[in-house]
Amino acid sequence: MMDSENHTSEEHLHPLSSSKEELENLHLHENNEYDPLITKSYSNYRSVMSTLSDSHNHPLSPPSLVSPADSDPLLSPPLNYREFPNPNSTDTSSYIDPPSYADAIFSNFDGETSSNGTDTPTRSSSDGIYFSRSASSNSEYLKITVSNPIKEQENSNSIVPGSSSYVTYLVTTRTNISEFGGSEFGVRRRFKDIVTLSDRLSEAYRGFFIPPRPDKSIVESQVMQKQEFVEQRRVALEKYLRRLADHPVIRKSDEFRVFLQVQGKLPLPTTTDVASRVLDGAAKLPKQLMGDSLIAPSEVVQPAKGGRDLMRLFKELKQSMANDWGSSKPPVVEEDKEFLAKKERISELELQINGASQQAESLVKAQQDMGETMGELGLAFIKLTKFENEEAVLDSQRARAADMKGVATAAVKASRLFRELNSQTVKHLQDTLHEYLGLMLAVHSAFTDRSSALLTVQTLLSELSSLQSRAEKLEAASSKIFGGDKSRIRKLEELQETIRATEDAKNVAIREYERIKEHYF
Amino acid sequence: MVTFEGMEQHRTSSGSSQSPRSPSSSQPFLSVSVTDPVKLGNGVQAYISYRVITKTNCPEYQGPEKIVIRRYSDFVWLRDRLFEKYKGIFIPPLPEKSAVEKFRFSAEFIEMRRQALDVFVNRIAAHHELQQSEDLRTFLQAEEETMERLRSHETGIFKKPSDLMQIFKDVQSKVSDVVLGKEKPVEESDPEYEKLKHYIFELENHLAEAQKHAYRLVKRHRELGQSLSDFGKAVKLLGASEGNALGKAFSELGIKSEILSVKLQKEAQQLLMSFEEPLKDYVRAVQSIKATIAERANAFRRQCELAETMKLKEINLDKLMLIRSDKVAEAEREYHELKAESEQATKTFGTIVKLMNEEIGRFQEQKTLDMGIAFHEFAKGQARLANGIADAWRSLLPKLEACSSS
Repeated sequence: MMDSENHTSEEHLHPLSSSKEELENLHLHENNEYDPLITKSYSNYRSVMSTLSDSHNHPLSPPSLVSPADSDPLLSPPLNYREFPNPNSTDTSSYIDPPSYADAIFSNFDGETSSNGTDTPTRSSSDGIYFSRSASSNSEYLKITVSNPIKEQENSNSIVPGSSSYVTYLVTTRTNISEFGGSEFGVRRRFKDIVTLSDRLSEAYRGFFIPPRPDKSIVESQVMQKQEFVEQRRVALEKYLRRLADHPVIRKSDEFRVFLQVQGKLPLPTTTDVASRVLDGAAKLPKQLMGDSLIAPSEVVQPAKGGRDLMRLFKELKQSMANDWGSSKPPVVEEDKEFLAKKERISELELQINGASQQAESLVKAQQDMGETMGELGLAFIKLTKFENEEAVLDSQRARAADMKGVATAAVKASRLFRELNSQTVKHLQDTLHEYLGLMLAVHSAFTDRSSALLTVQTLLSELSSLQSRAEKLEAASSKIFGGDKSRIRKLEELQETIRATEDAKNVAIREYERIKEHYF
Repeated sequence: MVTFEGMEQHRTSSGSSQSPRSPSSSQPFLSVSVTDPVKLGNGVQAYISYRVITKTNCPEYQGPEKIVIRRYSDFVWLRDRLFEKYKGIFIPPLPEKSAVEKFRFSAEFIEMRRQALDVFVNRIAAHHELQQSEDLRTFLQAEEETMERLRSHETGIFKKPSDLMQIFKDVQSKVSDVVLGKEKPVEESDPEYEKLKHYIFELENHLAEAQKHAYRLVKRHRELGQSLSDFGKAVKLLGASEGNALGKAFSELGIKSEILSVKLQKEAQQLLMSFEEPLKDYVRAVQSIKATIAERANAFRRQCELAETMKLKEINLDKLMLIRSDKVAEAEREYHELKAESEQATKTFGTIVKLMNEEIGRFQEQKTLDMGIAFHEFAKGQARLANGIADAWRSLLPKLEACSSS
């Protein structure tokens, strides 16, 4: 009854009998598995259901998706996918290079490993962003792996009883860079060490686009399963360290090298304790600006931070207001046209990345909905099939039930494939875009570093000029009095000293600012 | 593209098979098409008129070809008349009245309605009993004025005469039940029929759910299409911010996304017409069967009532005859009237039962066919779409490769 069909003149409508074969060829997995189920109209429904649940394992793990694709006649033979090498661009105008398109397909690919080698597809896919990959131009490489998380106890010397535990990770490095003085080594590090490293880097490399470190995620560590969280963190740490390794300047930095190489627990001495160092420097600066005592100028130029830094902040704020209101032209302005143009471009880029990221999110949602609805449709038809089979009185009902089951299982399968598609989309598209957004934050903070350095310079300059004019007035006044006024002379001398100190500070600030400017390009 | 028309070609029993595309055969044929929807009138009064073209060689008809103009309410009239006259037969369902969408009258809505109406008339023309209906002939041939008169006369106060008559009868029978001292309505005790009734009611639920998901699936396709289009645009903008090869890659990605968006919208439409609509039609058909079930129940009740009343009248008559009352003649007349009615009711009921049995078989076969086609189209459409998507992305890869190696 299925065979005697419509004889319309429409070309693409095949008689149902041959189209049935076509239908069966449309199956997305090996044909043999499902043929018997389709043609056997009176199959026991229960056995069908169990077979259906078996196919859970079937084509969903990424590697096995290759085989169904191969056997499916509808797909043209898969292209030879290879890992696409990143551009060798030594284009130093931007540290943001295109993400690796290496793992274009679900399955394993035969890849030539690039300089920052990728072991498995899953591993390489976790490296979203590469910074100007020195692929084959130079033969330097620096490969980092994070593995082997172990829970350790903290030896508590404090009065507080009981020790807290934390997780350490094994950080293995393979390199041929001479500064490291070794080719392969490993150290144990904990998350706190990463935070330290990150802070020191951002302090030492103001103005650079420094990759953002993984979040502390206090909430997540409570909510997630321990293993899941540790694994998530391990992946994130590896990604981060690899990005640092890619950064041409940071990879050669002392801080990084120490982190990668020096055995044992990372110390927290005062010299490396960023927070306190900054605070100290900042605390001294107000006195500097108030002309009290001599302070090492290099300490002055640390960014104004911390609660004790009020005086400096206040002065800098005044300066920035003066700048904004344009009442007086600041002594040094951001004149660098090229820089401004780049800044514009980056803002524009950020806008577009934001837009793309949002659309990627809604795309992901749409795909998810599609998968869900397809699955629900499949289930509804499964129920219908069951119903028809139970209540069947006529053969036509059983035939219909068989057809329905075919559609239902296909729909459920399609639904699962959508889910898989979506997880890939999230991983490659959404996550990558999010990482770029995160990077934008780094860019912003680099910009901030630069403008705050500029502000410091400007503040110091105007401070200097007001000090100088005071000195002049004082000199003019005292020269009118014969014999000189001891107190006034003393004041003058003090003022001169202050001026000298401020001069020095100004020079350092300008140097710092210039240094930051340089880094941008 | 497969339309409903194609499948309505097989009648199991009697001679007249329809082949609308072979008018030159000597076999009696009747082919109808509903075409050319035209919007007439303004605002609230607006309605759609259709051209109904009949081609036939049956002698009962006025000629080999006739074209008339009809509107939705005319089809309703036809359906109601058939429902009254051919109890026991599953009258083909009509698309919903849809008072809300009427105001919008989107092109999509109009086309779907036209298609459904075409299917409706063709099913009637293909049914070995219904095709002989005089009302059908009237519908297909009468002048517009005549049709208008009939339509307004029938619908009059009642919007749905069959439904209201239904309620009326129910009330009537309930009243008489009470009068006769029966509390419960009388029902058949045929176990097979009970099973059938249960089946039909359950089936409607299952089908409604499947149809709901099918409709949602259409929406998802549209949403995904829209999302891909927006994404494509955003990616293109992103590419514009970059330059050179990278920018080109982004723009290629954006273009592909937009192409796919179009494909998805097309598939959504296809899905609606070839998959969701057949499912909706299936639901309507089941509802029509429910109406027939109600009719049968009425007929059964009537048969029982009349049988009861007849018995009482018989007893009464005997009593009167015994006492040689002069009311005998009248009572006898009444008795014979009642007896005739009772026999008629029994016959009516019997016909309904017989017809229903035939109809169920026909219905199941027809539905297997219809759904087979709908599933086929669904699978084909999805496969086509998936291939299209895979092709688009696959063709993008070499372009990306070119960019990343530059």
